[in-house]
Amino acid sequence: MDHNGNYKNEFGWFADKPKVPKKLFNFKAVFIGVVIFVVLVTSPLWKNLGQIIPGPDPQLNTAAIMKLPEKDRTCVESKEYMRANHMLLLGEWRDEVVRDANRDYVNSKGKKYLASLSNNCMECHSNKSQFCDQCHNYVAVVPNCWGCHWEKEKEKKQVAQSEAK
Amino acid sequence: MGINRREFLRLAGLSTLLGLGGKTAFELLAPGQLEAQQYVPEPGAFKAKRWAMVVDMRKLDEKTAHKCINACHLTHNVPDIANPVNPAAAVSPEEQVRFRIKWLWKEDFHNAFPGDEHDNLQEKLHHMKFLVLCNHCDNPPCVRVCPTKATFRRPDGMVMMDMHRCIGCRYCMAACPFGARSFNWRDPRPYIKEVNLNYPTREIGVVEKCTFCDERLSKGQMPACVEASGGALIFGDLGDPKSKVRDQLRTYFTLRRKAHLGTYPQVYYIV
Repeated sequence: MDHNGNYKNEFGWFADKPKVPKKLFNFKAVFIGVVIFVVLVTSPLWKNLGQIIPGPDPQLNTAAIMKLPEKDRTCVESKEYMRANHMLLLGEWRDEVVRDANRDYVNSKGKKYLASLSNNCMECHSNKSQFCDQCHNYVAVVPNCWGCHWEKEKEKKQVAQSEAK
Repeated sequence: MGINRREFLRLAGLSTLLGLGGKTAFELLAPGQLEAQQYVPEPGAFKAKRWAMVVDMRKLDEKTAHKCINACHLTHNVPDIANPVNPAAAVSPEEQVRFRIKWLWKEDFHNAFPGDEHDNLQEKLHHMKFLVLCNHCDNPPCVRVCPTKATFRRPDGMVMMDMHRCIGCRYCMAACPFGARSFNWRDPRPYIKEVNLNYPTREIGVVEKCTFCDERLSKGQMPACVEASGGALIFGDLGDPKSKVRDQLRTYFTLRRKAHLGTYPQVYYIV
């Protein structure tokens, strides 16, 4: 409002008295909306509430492993290392084999292994749907190894849901 | 009050010493703390300064050529798009040509050596089926255009494919003047009759080609086609003056495909 009592807009022109909205928002409508939103977003939690979802239980009792003497039943690295880092190790193998033609891996104890997924890992772990897919399904990761590499599994029990095309 | 000049110099000197000698001291005092993981080539792996192949067309008849092609395709799970395992996966004749996967294949003289033919060509050249493959060029245009370095030149001259990195842009196919690269328009597995479980297949959407059997060389075996050829294909190290390829190149006149393009192909033909 200028000194003559006239209202002006942003361009300096005469204008009506600006309207002040009575309410900033309709509390009831917004509240209902927020409740619906929260319920929808958390619905997967409610759906699975009380359900017991079995954790993955990968088995190591394949024929190839059972054939080995008890003390030789070790992976290329320790169980803990493999559990946490097998994907990194496989990625390293991939780069070394393909790009530098280093096809043998010397592990931290100095033992030498063929760095090959299909021709080494899967020879022992010939139960891919049991050994690999269980955990991968459980944590919903989709490794794209099997588009090219053979899984060498004799009888397939289940198709990995993460790879269903 | 801060430290005086003498004290400062003493501290600076000590920390420099610790910085330089600290790591060595740690390794000496606490061995085995570091991971010993490393990667080495397989014990019997063939090594070379520069791999190359000589195709002796005087010894290569139709039957031997087929044997070489079959050996290659069986070893590397190369799909035969024209003959699917399940007839339901059959594709039209035009698509059979377009989708064809080629590692090692036959070509007429005028297709293998365009520009070198003329109207009054030697009679035998009309009937010859040249065995052609990736030339593993010294100046590979496919490597230059690859945006992900999925195809690369190894120090031993082999032009390799890293299928893990291929994004299927097909620049390399446009760049290669020899048509040695093929794109997987389809999942190749339904088109592989006999599978070699020790070698992976490819996936839909990647480019593939001959790799000079790098997986066999690293085991100390000659490439599959060379083994099947019974002496018609000669493979060896160009860097070694006593090698069989060098001997052949010294003795006979050899041709290379489209040498004028400057890619320096390393597959030589004795006609």
